Amino acid sequence: MTTLIVVLGVVLVLMILYLIFRISTLVSVAKSKKETDVDSSNSTNALLFIVFMILGLGGFFWYSFAHFDSYTLPVASEHGALTDKLFWITMAVTVVAFVIISIIKFVFLYQYQYKEGRKAKFYPDNHYLELAWTIIPAIVLALLIFTGLRAWNDITAPASEDAEVIEVIAQQFAWTARYPGKDNVLGDYHYQKIDAINEFGLDLTDNKTFDDFKSLELHLPKGKEVLLKIRAKDVLHSVFLPHFRVKMDAVPGMPTQFKFIVTKTTEEMREETGNPEFNYELACTEICGQGHFSMKMNVIVHTEEDFAKWKAEQESWLSQNPDYLKNVPAGLRESAMIKAGISAETGMKFTQGDFGTAVGSN
Amino acid sequence: MATTHIHTHTDVHHDDHEHEHHEGNFWTNYIFSQDHKVIAKQFLITGIFWALFGGTLSVIFRLQLGFPEMSLEWMRPLLGGWITPEGKIDPEFYLALVTMHGTIMVFFVLTAGLSGTFSNFLIPLQIGARDMASGFMNMLSYWFFFLSSVIMLSSFFIETGPASGGWTVYPPLSALPQAMHGSGLGMTLWLVAMALFIVSTLLGGINYITTIINMRTRGMSFTRMPLTIWAFFFTAIIGLLSFPVLFAAALLLIFDRSFGTSFFLSDIYIGGEALANVGGSPILFQHLFWFLGHPEVYIVLLPALGITSEIIATNSRKPIFGYKAMIGSMLFIAILSFIVWAHHMFVTGMNPFLGSIFMLLTLIIAVPSAVKIFNYVTTLWKGNIRFTSGMLFSIGLVSFFLTGGITGIFLGNSAIDIQLHDTYFVVAHFHLVMGSASFFGMLAGIYHWYPKMFGRMMNEKLGYVHFWITFVGVYMVFFPMHYIGIAGFPRRYYSFTNFEFASGFTDLNALVSIAAILTLSAQFIFLFNFFYSMFRGRPAPANPWNSTTLEWTTPRNPGHGNWPGEIPAVYRWPYDYSKPGAKEDFIPQTVPYSETPESNLPHENELIKLESSNGNAIVVEGDKH
Repeated sequence: MTTLIVVLGVVLVLMILYLIFRISTLVSVAKSKKETDVDSSNSTNALLFIVFMILGLGGFFWYSFAHFDSYTLPVASEHGALTDKLFWITMAVTVVAFVIISIIKFVFLYQYQYKEGRKAKFYPDNHYLELAWTIIPAIVLALLIFTGLRAWNDITAPASEDAEVIEVIAQQFAWTARYPGKDNVLGDYHYQKIDAINEFGLDLTDNKTFDDFKSLELHLPKGKEVLLKIRAKDVLHSVFLPHFRVKMDAVPGMPTQFKFIVTKTTEEMREETGNPEFNYELACTEICGQGHFSMKMNVIVHTEEDFAKWKAEQESWLSQNPDYLKNVPAGLRESAMIKAGISAETGMKFTQGDFGTAVGSN
Repeated sequence: MATTHIHTHTDVHHDDHEHEHHEGNFWTNYIFSQDHKVIAKQFLITGIFWALFGGTLSVIFRLQLGFPEMSLEWMRPLLGGWITPEGKIDPEFYLALVTMHGTIMVFFVLTAGLSGTFSNFLIPLQIGARDMASGFMNMLSYWFFFLSSVIMLSSFFIETGPASGGWTVYPPLSALPQAMHGSGLGMTLWLVAMALFIVSTLLGGINYITTIINMRTRGMSFTRMPLTIWAFFFTAIIGLLSFPVLFAAALLLIFDRSFGTSFFLSDIYIGGEALANVGGSPILFQHLFWFLGHPEVYIVLLPALGITSEIIATNSRKPIFGYKAMIGSMLFIAILSFIVWAHHMFVTGMNPFLGSIFMLLTLIIAVPSAVKIFNYVTTLWKGNIRFTSGMLFSIGLVSFFLTGGITGIFLGNSAIDIQLHDTYFVVAHFHLVMGSASFFGMLAGIYHWYPKMFGRMMNEKLGYVHFWITFVGVYMVFFPMHYIGIAGFPRRYYSFTNFEFASGFTDLNALVSIAAILTLSAQFIFLFNFFYSMFRGRPAPANPWNSTTLEWTTPRNPGHGNWPGEIPAVYRWPYDYSKPGAKEDFIPQTVPYSETPESNLPHENELIKLESSNGNAIVVEGDKH
């Protein structure tokens, strides 16, 4: 019933609009006014452009200043401070150009609206003028390019030797992190070795894998260079750490990386923003399927000491999944058990029935 | 000599015309017509259908983004199972909407609808030709497009839904049916439809280029061509060089999907199994895609800029400022458009050194774009501006081109792009500079050439209302997105409730959605005007805008062959508006210098000798009586 009323209402409104249109057309015919004649609507349109300019530019500046805090994210990385600076420099330069050109354009529209009897100026070209506005933007752009290039080269330069290496692995629709453990080197992996438990695809013939551990949250140290190694298992994803100004795609078959230095711990950020609930987040920014919008990882930034402490507390992946000891070559098992922190008796339990039955009821 | 050569050409066409003048039946006149004007209208009507369709898709997903709490139960009769039991849009269908909105708008509306309509309609009329070089290929071009449209549309009616991996269809997502439903049959249909679309574009493009090079009338040298024709010419060349690359990418993707090859796939573990594919590279697809994808931006934009140049000059009653600079900047843009594609890929894992090269090249392209804007503004200076509907939309284009172009300077800078990539800042940027600007170019063209297309005038008042609602509406939709983007909101998100950093801006998102609904509604004013005027509009005078170009020398409803008698010859460039000393404020291209001694510039007086020596003046005398 309500649908019917809505439909009837819409039809009625449309009919009224049509009637108004017909009447106004007939009136203008009766007045024998030719529509192509430049009439009063010409000056109305010219005036509207001025109104639009004032309201538009006014609204732009008002919102940009009044709501500055709501659209600018606090920055918490070294290179982020730099790219933010570049962003605002570019903003200043372009807004000046934008405002000047806009005002000139709209004022011309108003000033040179049709007037009976006036003849436009025949002005087909002026090489000096054209040269000027080719060269000036070129110079301004060159300056922006060079500052940008320097920043880009620094950001993408190789990471330092002692950087904290952390691997982030993307899959539909979750993130996991792998830390290198005490040896500070991530072990090898191969995608064919991935299964429901060995979700990293750890290659257990490599002794660097034994102490690697897994985390569902991304823990980072403040003030130390972090080298994020990024890979994807299934489709493209993208690591986006908005507060650190970090973004890099995760590509199946092609590991990528991004290095950065965090400048504020989670605690410091909570104080700065006055929000005790504040958390850093990692989001996916490359369309990856149904759950794209919910693919989130929590990020926690510690001081360097706290980070070391947290790291030391973590159990290696192998010690959490001792049944995988059987995949470790016999000659390496002992060192694996030591590195992974597996007690001798647990180790015995899971390797005795090798190639047999003991593996994995639980 | 060149002049005599051209002369013989026209004679040949004259004979053609006598031969072609036969009455066809309904099918040959309106359906399988080879007349460029009818084909243009076919492209136009199909383009309008797709624009409404694509616009409606965007309003549906804007409802989800602007009013996430709203129950969309009322859309169930239309969308069925794509509305979840809770009355929300299915998240996967949301992605399908986004994907199809992009595909339809970029390819079917702004490539086929814009280039297809105006290249077809204006090239023969403005260069003085009876028809396209090959009317048959031209007809095929439309019907391939039609077939492609039918296939693309059909993907909405299959169970797994249309393609939904984004309009860029990056593999592996688009290659693996187990990754999402839309990558199944929907993606196959997408690829087939795009392959046919490319065939259509190439058939059209070859025709446009051939016609412009070979079939210009007497006196229509390259430097006397209107900027519209220059724009269509460059557009066709860009399309001809870049679309085959997309074709290759689509073909390889089909192989990967159906025949087990590994061009784009490697090291994939999905759905509990490790796939056998190794050695492929998803980045390769991105290179191939954007090798078309970036020139595509200019395929969409250049015709709109050409149309605007023409309309702004006509309605400012001034020559376009810097005619040669305009051609030069279009040429420069056309060349550069091929070597900037990887700026879409700064953070995809591409070698950072490549990133710096592409950043350099990308920012260079801002220079010719800036020149174009300055030239438009200078054209307005000291003009005598008439705000026709076409003029209003052209001004709107310049405004969008400026606003959207400026944000390109941010995104082209790879260091700044790290944060802005794939956020709403990008969405705002390309919707303004390419989407809305080109869309306004298309509307401007329709308003301006409607009298020539249908022999009647559109209602100007309705045109004004349409313009102001759409102009303000578009800004209200896309300007707030800059803020949302600077705040880091990622695009293609079904909802923003999962992230703290992206939890704000419910107000702006609601505003954007309301503006989008308003803007779409305003298009019905245009539709009414368009169809009503076709039958009830005021009959158009021969040259309603007092324009100089050749199409306005045809009869009110030009038949097949365009000019009833001989094709008029051309004696001057197309922008002799408000020439000092001239009686009227415009001198058509068909008026020889010998008839306008009062307004000739010194070097033009010397051209008079050339006019009479090959007998052109006599022809003009004949026309006058």
